[in-house]
Amino acid sequence: MSALLEVESLSKQFGGLRAVDGLDFSVNEGEILGLIGPNGAGKSTVFNLINGVFRPDGGRVAFRGADITGERPFRIARRGLARTHQIVQPFGAMSVLENCEVGACFGRENLPLGRARDAAREAAARVGLGDRLDMPALHLTIAGKKRLELARALSARPALLLLDEVLAGLNPTEVAGMIETLRGIRASGVAILMIEHLMQAIMSLSDRIVVLNSGRRLAQGKPAEVARDPAVIEAYLGDPGMVQAARR
Amino acid sequence: MLRRPFFWIIAAAIAAFAAAPLGENVELRESLLLAAVYITLASNLNLMLGYAGYVNFGSVVFFGLGGYFCIWLMGAFHWDLVPAVLAGGVAVSALALLFGLGILRLRGIHFALATIGVNEAVMAFVTNFGPWGGSTGIYLSTELFQPLGGPAQALWTIYYLLVGIMGLSLYLSYLVRRSKFGLGLLAIGQNEDAAMVLGVPAPRYKALAYSLSAFLPAVAGGLYFFKGAFIQPADAFDLTLSTEAIVITMLGGQGTIFGPALGAYLYEELRGYLLVSETFANFQLVVAGALLLVIVLFAPGGLMGFFYRRWPRLRRVLE
Repeated sequence: MSALLEVESLSKQFGGLRAVDGLDFSVNEGEILGLIGPNGAGKSTVFNLINGVFRPDGGRVAFRGADITGERPFRIARRGLARTHQIVQPFGAMSVLENCEVGACFGRENLPLGRARDAAREAAARVGLGDRLDMPALHLTIAGKKRLELARALSARPALLLLDEVLAGLNPTEVAGMIETLRGIRASGVAILMIEHLMQAIMSLSDRIVVLNSGRRLAQGKPAEVARDPAVIEAYLGDPGMVQAARR
Repeated sequence: MLRRPFFWIIAAAIAAFAAAPLGENVELRESLLLAAVYITLASNLNLMLGYAGYVNFGSVVFFGLGGYFCIWLMGAFHWDLVPAVLAGGVAVSALALLFGLGILRLRGIHFALATIGVNEAVMAFVTNFGPWGGSTGIYLSTELFQPLGGPAQALWTIYYLLVGIMGLSLYLSYLVRRSKFGLGLLAIGQNEDAAMVLGVPAPRYKALAYSLSAFLPAVAGGLYFFKGAFIQPADAFDLTLSTEAIVITMLGGQGTIFGPALGAYLYEELRGYLLVSETFANFQLVVAGALLLVIVLFAPGGLMGFFYRRWPRLRRVLE
């Protein structure tokens, strides 16, 4: 397996806060990598550094063998890296189909409008929005808008998908549906890097997990290994010694 | 294209503009000429305002500069009308591209202020620019009307040319709306950051739209000021016209193709009434201001937005 995305000693500082501090990790072709960590650990900042929304203060990001550190987001999107936002960002006045067309037109394949429409339809159907193509994005429910984020990103036919909490705010049925959708996407050969707070979901979906705390990598490995790591337990629950002491 | 009702409505409007003043109805012609200028300005402004969501308060600078280039080329270098207006259009588009790359780094209110700044700066420059006559401006000899068949005939020719420019403006709006470029602009207008994340090259698209929206207004400016054979900074860079273009676009419905045309026609009718009415002499700007307030507060989609909400099926027929 070769690395699709490589992040080396990535750093970003906001004022006095080291939001991301010398972070290393990589995403392999066709895998689902989970990025977890307590609130404020710097997960979303990592996404913003990878896809060019923020310019890193130090370190390097390589995607499909090319150095993309500090490139503008639209160039990175063209290279085949798509993402969703934690806080949904639909083009409200445009229809679901038009939203997806934007993804298809300006994504990896740089499709002309006509073929973009087909790609957009396909992506919308894949996430279950096939029956709401003409609806203005504004009128979708929260779950619908989350799906739209995913559909727009998929329309670009990316090689790597960054998902920022696509399961948050969904009810259990919707979560189960979304997990199936994500498995399907992975099966079609798209690698996924996802941030998620829903532990059960990310533990069952991910091939590997990277744990972030205060901008640094705390642990990485298979979901089961990470879950047993004392450092991870401490970051999430406090000192494990204390937990055991409390049990006694 | 030919199957779209939109196309036939535009064709009918142009035919109406062309045929209405026949029979030497000069007064009607002058009113329609102004309407054609308004439609041209509003429709091009709409590319920035309605599609990309950038409020350009200084769009008159394109019109004025186009006028200056044309008058100057004709007066000082004896160019013919058509090459002069086209050269004016190209020059102004190129300048707009330069300005655009600079001021389009700004967003929202800061961009709007910068567009006024561009207009004021250009006006200050021209007022002090000797070759363009400084504050007195440039007068053309009426002999230049001779190649067009004398002054009376020339006014008709200019009128038809302006109606043509109006038609081209509407067609341009349509082409952009139906293109990938237009889709990118609409996305920028809705949420620029999200658009860039999806791959829309926003800086380039915005600069292109700004430059494109300068071409036809500059050509119209050339024709308009040639008609009067005179241009001076106070007329060429009058912010009133910019404001009117915004009111028109908002009134008709920003982001639609028909909106600016409908708004311009209604506004010109209203203006015509207010100008001749004794009680309301020179009152049109107050009305325009009040109108803008009402639209922004109660009908941000303008007339077309209102129609579409009332009769959603209309959206399939009109654009």
